[in-house]
Amino acid sequence: MELFGIFFAAFLINNILLIRFIALCSFFGVSTKIDTSVGMSLAVIFVMTISSAVSWLIFHAILVPFHLEFLRTATFILTIAALVQLEELYLKKMIPTLYRAMGIYLPLITTNCAILAVAFLAIDYRYNFVQSMVYSLGVSCGYSLAIILFAYIRERMALAPIPKWFQGYPIAFITAALMSLAFLGFTGMFGL
Amino acid sequence: MLWKDFNQGIIKENPVLRLMIGLCPTLAVSSNAVNALGMSVAVAFVLICSNWVIAAIRKITPDQIRIPIFIIIISTFVTISDYVMQAYTPELYQALGVFVPLIVVNCIILGRAEAFAYKNPVLNSILDGAGMSLGFALALISLGVVREILGAGTVFGLALFNPAVAATIMVLPPGAFIAIGVLMAALNKFENKVQ
Repeated sequence: MELFGIFFAAFLINNILLIRFIALCSFFGVSTKIDTSVGMSLAVIFVMTISSAVSWLIFHAILVPFHLEFLRTATFILTIAALVQLEELYLKKMIPTLYRAMGIYLPLITTNCAILAVAFLAIDYRYNFVQSMVYSLGVSCGYSLAIILFAYIRERMALAPIPKWFQGYPIAFITAALMSLAFLGFTGMFGL
Repeated sequence: MLWKDFNQGIIKENPVLRLMIGLCPTLAVSSNAVNALGMSVAVAFVLICSNWVIAAIRKITPDQIRIPIFIIIISTFVTISDYVMQAYTPELYQALGVFVPLIVVNCIILGRAEAFAYKNPVLNSILDGAGMSLGFALALISLGVVREILGAGTVFGLALFNPAVAATIMVLPPGAFIAIGVLMAALNKFENKVQ
């Protein structure tokens, strides 16, 4: 039940894109088509789960025993960058279909702040290993839900008559505002 | 020439409103003016210092591994500002939360390192950093002020009118999207008129 609470809070209530405003560059950048947003979501789910496991282990097994917590920013970002390279090599060799589905989004993910944010947040919340795994799974599912829904809306919006000054990014922001308002409605569900 | 390097980040190439980078901290910490100011100062410190160091060592930096070097330099300054804020402004640090360490992946900083500081002399790079920080601060603080006035009826914590008539939605997450959407539309309209 506690794990379910962590998952649900990360998935809907504190949705990383619409409520916490992390990784917005990719939210507006790749959501113009459904295909690209699906590729990005797959890549985020895959990388986020692995990298939060590795960064949790590095923090608690190396940085804490040696009192090097102040190095966490540098350590995490380098770990994630190296990990993404490894994952790319592995997928290319072992699961080429998945590799093709993710396309160019896999390398781009290094600069996706959601990955780094989840590593930091799991430590700030003092989660143990299992909790932080469930947390990162919840966050990445929430990311996928929000970006795919947004891509569906934007594809339809391409055909809608939009006031001249609002074309392009302004209307995308207003759409995101309405989605964010809807997600705000999950607050307080299950007493969270 | 130097003036141009400083100038262009403010309006013409404003990082947030024009180049659409650095959006996450802009939207997340602009719920009131004080947080927006604190975030702007932290970003300005990191951007100016990292531009300065990267420009200073640009001739001895091997081309192939420049990105990891940039990241190490940036994360050093982020760690400094992280610990300084934690020590001297604990409330602000609490309010900004995870967005302080996240300055390290702020696209503005790595973007300026790659696009400007790596190719230009020290003084120009410092001025470029200052101009870009000012542009970022301008967007961030104007959003913060607008959201605080509309959402809480205060500005920098001073009461302007009865908070009971304020639109609370403006300080909640959806308000950030509405504010920046309308601001961009207004900028489009303004620019069209000037042309």
